[in-house]
Amino acid sequence: MKRIILTLSLLTALLASCAPVDLNAPMPTYDTGIDPNAWAQIPAGEFYFGQHNDIASTDAYEIMITDITTQQYADFLNAALADGYVKMDGEQIIGFYPGDEFRGVKHEEKIEAGDWIFIPLNDPSQRIKFDGTTFTVQNGYENHPMTMVSWFGAWGYCGYYDWRLPTEMEWEKAGRGTDTRPFPWGEEIQRTNANFYSSRDPFEDMSSFGSRTSPVGFYNGKQYDDYQTLNSASPYGLYDMAGNVWQWTGNVYEGMHYRFLRGGSKDTYDMDLRLWVRNNATPTYYSPGVGFRCVR
Amino acid sequence: MKFVKDRFNYLFNSTKGLILVAIAMVAIVTAIWGMLSGPMAEMGVREIVIKMLGMKIIQSEREGRIIILYHSIAMAIIAIETYMITGLLKMKEFLRMAVRVLITVGYIMTMLFGMGFAYFGHNWAFHGLYITGLSLIFFAGVLLCIALYPWQSEYYVSDKDYAHTKKGVDLERMAFFATAVTTVLSSLFGAVPGSFYGNGFETFLAENIIRYPEKTTMEYSVIGHLHIMLALIAVMLTLIIGRWLNFKGVWHKVAMPLMILGTIVLNLGVWGVVTPLEPVAHMIIYVGATPSMLAALFLLIWSWSKFAKEGTAHIAKPTFLQKLGAIVSDPLKFGPTWQMLFMNFTTSGIGIFMAIKLDEIFRVWPAREERIELTGHWHALSAIIATIILMYYGDMLGLKGKVRQLYGWGIIFLSDIALGAVTVFEMKRLFISEAEQQPLVNGLMYAIDFGLGMLLVLLAIVMIWRLTDLFKPKGRWTEEATHELAEEVMK
Repeated sequence: MKRIILTLSLLTALLASCAPVDLNAPMPTYDTGIDPNAWAQIPAGEFYFGQHNDIASTDAYEIMITDITTQQYADFLNAALADGYVKMDGEQIIGFYPGDEFRGVKHEEKIEAGDWIFIPLNDPSQRIKFDGTTFTVQNGYENHPMTMVSWFGAWGYCGYYDWRLPTEMEWEKAGRGTDTRPFPWGEEIQRTNANFYSSRDPFEDMSSFGSRTSPVGFYNGKQYDDYQTLNSASPYGLYDMAGNVWQWTGNVYEGMHYRFLRGGSKDTYDMDLRLWVRNNATPTYYSPGVGFRCVR
Repeated sequence: MKFVKDRFNYLFNSTKGLILVAIAMVAIVTAIWGMLSGPMAEMGVREIVIKMLGMKIIQSEREGRIIILYHSIAMAIIAIETYMITGLLKMKEFLRMAVRVLITVGYIMTMLFGMGFAYFGHNWAFHGLYITGLSLIFFAGVLLCIALYPWQSEYYVSDKDYAHTKKGVDLERMAFFATAVTTVLSSLFGAVPGSFYGNGFETFLAENIIRYPEKTTMEYSVIGHLHIMLALIAVMLTLIIGRWLNFKGVWHKVAMPLMILGTIVLNLGVWGVVTPLEPVAHMIIYVGATPSMLAALFLLIWSWSKFAKEGTAHIAKPTFLQKLGAIVSDPLKFGPTWQMLFMNFTTSGIGIFMAIKLDEIFRVWPAREERIELTGHWHALSAIIATIILMYYGDMLGLKGKVRQLYGWGIIFLSDIALGAVTVFEMKRLFISEAEQQPLVNGLMYAIDFGLGMLLVLLAIVMIWRLTDLFKPKGRWTEEATHELAEEVMK
C-alpha cells in the first residue's frame, strides 16, 4: 500500500510538471500614471561604469523613461508596414539591416545586409496580433513592455523615428547616475522594488505560468489594490531599469555578432538586476523577457 | 583534561578523525551557505540567515564572495583527499606528519578567515590569514609530492598483479605523484592572477565572460585553473578509490599508464591556454581527458567483475541477474564507480554535447542560459565528488547491515535524483520554451531540493551520531583512532 501511495504521489508530481501553461491566463490591468512617451535628459560627463567602478563619460543625450510598450510597437508596425519599412514574410515581420563587418573571429557569425526578423507573429507569447491589415495589441498588454522582439526589431523601431538604441555606457549611466549604486534606486533590493523571479508581484503565479511582465513604470511608489510598490526610479527618473525585461543595447562589437542586454528581467534572480550585469544573445533572438528603449 | 586531550588526538591526529573534522566543516558551510541562494532565497530564508549571523553582504562583492566560498570548500576537499592518500600509501612518517599538519592548519585557516573576510565585514588581517592558509596548503602539496616520489627503491613493487616498470617502479604511485605535482603547479595558475588583484586584475566569474572574443592572459589563466583543479580532484579521487578497492590485475596494468599519460597531457592542454598554444588547447585537453576517462572505465569494469565473481562464488553457474545482484549488493563499494558512470550523463556527456553543438544550439540561446549549463555542470561534478567521498567515508566508519544499505543507497538515489533533475533543468531549452517552462521547472526544483535536502539530512544524522559518539568513553572513535586506511584496503 505504501509503495502504491509513493508511486501515485510521484506520478502526480510528474504529471503536474507536464501540465500545459495558459499563456492567456487572466491578468490584472493597472494604469501606472507614467507616460511612456516621456524622455529624460542625461547630461554629459563622467560616471562610474561597471562592477569595478571604472570612470567613463558620455555626451549629453535623452533616453526614454520607460521601455517601449506593446501599444507603441503596434503603432510603429502599422505605420512602418504602410510605408514599406517592414514587410510580412510568412509568419514574421522582417526589415532591412545594412549588415556588420565580418572579421572571421572564432564563433563569430556573419550578419549580412538584408532582411532580418523583427518579430515573430506565430509565437503564442506574442502579444501583437495581425489581422491581415492592422496590428493590434492583446487586451491588457497595451502598457506592458514590448517583448518577443529581436535586436533587429528594436534597432528598426528606434531608427524609424530617427532615434537609436542606447550604447551600454549610455544605458548604465541613465540607470545609475553618478554614484556607485548597484540598483537604480540605491544599494539594496526588496521584492517591491522590481519585477524579478519570484518577486511575488500581482502578475506572477509561480505554480502555473510563472513570472509575467508588469506595466511600464509600475514600480513608482503607487499602491495597486493591496500591492504597495516602492518608488524605484533611477536618479534620472527612468523606470524598469532593473527587472521586468532585459533591454537590448546598440553596441556592435568587433569580432562578435552577439548583442548585449542589460537590466535583468522577470525571469532572473535579483543578482542579475545589478546595473553592470551584462547578458548577450544573437540579434535574431526574441523572448517574452526581452524588450528595449531608445535614445536620441 | 584527558577527556579533551583524547578527543583532540582522535580528531587531529588520526586519519579518520581528520577526515571527520573536514567533512563536518564542509557540511556546516554547505548547510549555512546553501540557504543564501536558489529556493531558500526565494522563500526569504536568505534574509533571515544574513540577519541572524550578522553577515555583511555588499552587492558589488558577490563574485568575490563566491570565489572565496568555492576555495574554502575546495580546500577542505583537497585536505580530505590528502588524508586519504597519506593513510593509504607508504611514505616517510615525518613527511606524512608534516603534510597533515600543514594542510590541516591551512584549510582551517582558509575556511575560517576566508569566510570571515568575505561574509562578515572586511577585516584585512583575515584576508592575510586566508592567503596564509592557502599558502600552507601549497607547501603541504609540495611536501606531498616529495613524499610520493616514486623512484625510491623502498616503494618499488615486485607483485605481478600491480602495474610497475621493469625496474619495479610502482605505476600507481607514479599516477598519484603525477596528479599531485600537476595539482601543485596548476594552483599557480590561480595564484598568479590572484596576486595581481587590484593591480591590473579584477574579480570575475569565468561563466560571465564566456562569449567575449578577447580575454586577457590572466583571465585565461583563471579559467584554466578552475577547470584543471576540479578535474585533478576527480582524477585523484579515482586513484584513491582504486587503491581502497585494491585495483589490480590486467586492467590495472593498462589503466595506470593511461592515467599518468592522461593527467600530464590534460594539464599541458590547460596550461596551454596562457601560451600561443591557446587555439589548439581544447584539442590537447580532449586528447588528455580520453585516457584518464578510459582508466576510470577500466577501474569500473575490473571492480564490477570482481564484485560479480566474489558475490556468486558459491553458485556453480550464476545467471546475469545473480551477477547483477552481487554487483549492487554493497552500495558503498558499488556506489563510487556507479557515480563515475553516472557522471557521464550529468557532466561529461553534457560537456561533450555542448562542445559539439555549441554554435548551433547553445550560442543561439542568451548567454545567461548558457551560464546555467556551465554552472550546473560544475556543481554536478562537485556534488558527485562529494558523494564518492561520503561513500568511502561510510566504509571507513564500518557501517554494516541495514544501516550500510540505507546510507549507501540513500546517497546514490538522493544524489542521482537531484543531479538528474539538474541535468534536465540545464537542458530544458532543448524541448520547452521560456513561456511554458514553469510547471516543469517547479517539478525539477522539487526533485533537486528533495534530493539535496535529504542528502544533507542524511549527512546531518551521521554528523550528530559522530558527535554523540565522541562523548562516549569507549565510542567508535576509540577504535578509529588507531586504524589506518591502508589496513582496510580490500583483499
